[in-house]
Amino acid sequence: MLAGMDSFQATIEADGRIEPRDAMPEGYRKTLIRQIAQHAHSEIIGMQPEGNWISRAPSLRRKAILMAKVQDEAGHGLYLYAAAETLGVDRADLLDLLHSGKQKYSSIFNYPTLTWADIGAIGWLVDGAAIVNQVPLCRCSYGPYARAMVRVCKEESFHQRQGFEILHTLCNGTEAQKAMAQDALNRWWWPSLMMFGPPDASSTHSEQSMAWGIKRHSNDELRQRFVDMTVPQADVLGIRVPDEGLTCDEETGHYSFTEPDFTELYEVVKGNGPCNQQRLAHRVKAHEDGAWVREAAAAYAEKQAAKAQGSAA
Amino acid sequence: MNDLFVYTLRLGDDALIAAQRTAEWIAAAPQLEEDVALGNIGLDQLGQARTLLQYAGQVEGAGRSEDDLAYFRDERDFLNVQLCELPNGDFAQSIARLLYFATYQHLLYEELRGCADETLAGVAGKAVKEVAYHVDHATQWVLRLGDGTEESHRRMQAGLDTMWPYTAELFTSDALVERLEVAVDPSTLHDEWERRVTQVIDESTCARPTSSYQHSGGREGRHTEHFGFLLAELQHVARSHPGASW
Amino acid sequence: MIEPLWEVFIRSRRGLSHVHVGSLHAPDATMALRNARDVYTRRQEGVSIWVVPATDITASSPDEKDEFFDPAGDKVYRHPTFYQVPEGVDHL
Repeated sequence: MLAGMDSFQATIEADGRIEPRDAMPEGYRKTLIRQIAQHAHSEIIGMQPEGNWISRAPSLRRKAILMAKVQDEAGHGLYLYAAAETLGVDRADLLDLLHSGKQKYSSIFNYPTLTWADIGAIGWLVDGAAIVNQVPLCRCSYGPYARAMVRVCKEESFHQRQGFEILHTLCNGTEAQKAMAQDALNRWWWPSLMMFGPPDASSTHSEQSMAWGIKRHSNDELRQRFVDMTVPQADVLGIRVPDEGLTCDEETGHYSFTEPDFTELYEVVKGNGPCNQQRLAHRVKAHEDGAWVREAAAAYAEKQAAKAQGSAA
Repeated sequence: MNDLFVYTLRLGDDALIAAQRTAEWIAAAPQLEEDVALGNIGLDQLGQARTLLQYAGQVEGAGRSEDDLAYFRDERDFLNVQLCELPNGDFAQSIARLLYFATYQHLLYEELRGCADETLAGVAGKAVKEVAYHVDHATQWVLRLGDGTEESHRRMQAGLDTMWPYTAELFTSDALVERLEVAVDPSTLHDEWERRVTQVIDESTCARPTSSYQHSGGREGRHTEHFGFLLAELQHVARSHPGASW
Repeated sequence: MIEPLWEVFIRSRRGLSHVHVGSLHAPDATMALRNARDVYTRRQEGVSIWVVPATDITASSPDEKDEFFDPAGDKVYRHPTFYQVPEGVDHL
């Protein structure tokens, strides 16, 4: 019979799943809380750069698609917070950590969406990169996180396609539309590559996370996968990836590419990206403006419960 | 202009402008669950708008699509009631509008699904289930805000009062609805609407709004100052690239 | 103020049981049910929903898993494959 940590280790080694009430090392629990919360925060902050285009979407069909997509992101944030809560934290506390800047979200959402083509680029590149990152998480060793990710990945499969479709339409449209698409690719390419995190050599959390089965592939491995997948798609669109150093190795089929300027990533992480303050301020305002609504709902529930008790007595 | 075209446009514009306002709540709602809920409501409204505008274009017979009608008409050509275009205000004000508007839509679609025009009857038959849920959602919140805290009660009352003077326009009858056989005369819906809305307001412990003055003009294309801004935002990308596909 | 957590169970089709799909926050049961509809059935995933306050669930503990579940391991006679059926006997 294996108890406590031995059982944890045996489960991990057998590639089994850890469930909420199992014994687990404190480090495992903390790493997961941090990662799942950061993931959830990214979903809900990620609603903003796209959400601000719902009112301006250039056709009603696109408006409906974008609304459904941004709504999905709220849902995904919700699933993920719920997964984090199985580890003994409360969503309200996690939101406070986001609002006070103590927990981060993906830096990609600190870049502005300047034209309609950016909505295409986000779907194609940002969701594309997210999918590369997220698919392995469906096999994460922590059951509730893995299950949430299965749901998220299933729902997100349309997100990337709609983004590509937006760009494909633009690239086959007027000159101005095509220029808009190229401009969006120019601006989103490097930040998208940085979504996989720092190079393996300087990644701080990777090794332990791999051993625990939270992470399945290294940052550089996933980045390579993304580039290999994306460059041929850019060719189909007829727009150019803004990397002079991009070459394809005929033998391996892999692209070699210029490493992004990670000093920019570190600056954005520190809070110096173009939209850091704006995104957080919007989020905090929504939360604070909603406080009286949440209080009212709780007060009403209390009154109703008291009434029910009174009539039962 | 063709009566059926104008009538369909009225219904379609109401739904479109309501959807535009509802969507403003996404990423700004009081809690995550409400972002998702309002997203569903906005998508229902937008879906109704699209079917109705498509049909209006078809009835008109001038080759205009749903997007031509949504993006390339000017302010004075929109026939939605002013209630739909008013700014969201706080959550209570938006919920007050949803209660008024969805209750009206529910009664309207219930009638319309039996009309002789197959398309309109079809739209109404599908939409009646959607707006029944909107009514329920609004009702749940009016009850909670009205009978929640002191602050929420005050805000709910203010929301109900602010939107009230824009409700009579929903029920104004005119020569067109009298002429057009398939149209529902909205004045026939008023008493039942008032009964349903009042019941919710009473239960919420709020007071029934008393203002007697009622605004109007939307059905003739006279809108509030807010509307121009709403349209500017809705239309500007499409208008910057005339003839483009998206 | 902390909103209660609700566990959500969905019946995906008539004839199937309700299955746990996740959780959400809501002030009361009425809203929990509606939130569950909006959050967990956007893609026609369900025909019926249960919501249960998370605090009302009594769960077995992983510490007890050996005494709870291992004793069932050697009762092989509970399974039909344990029995030998002579050839030629049908419908058994």
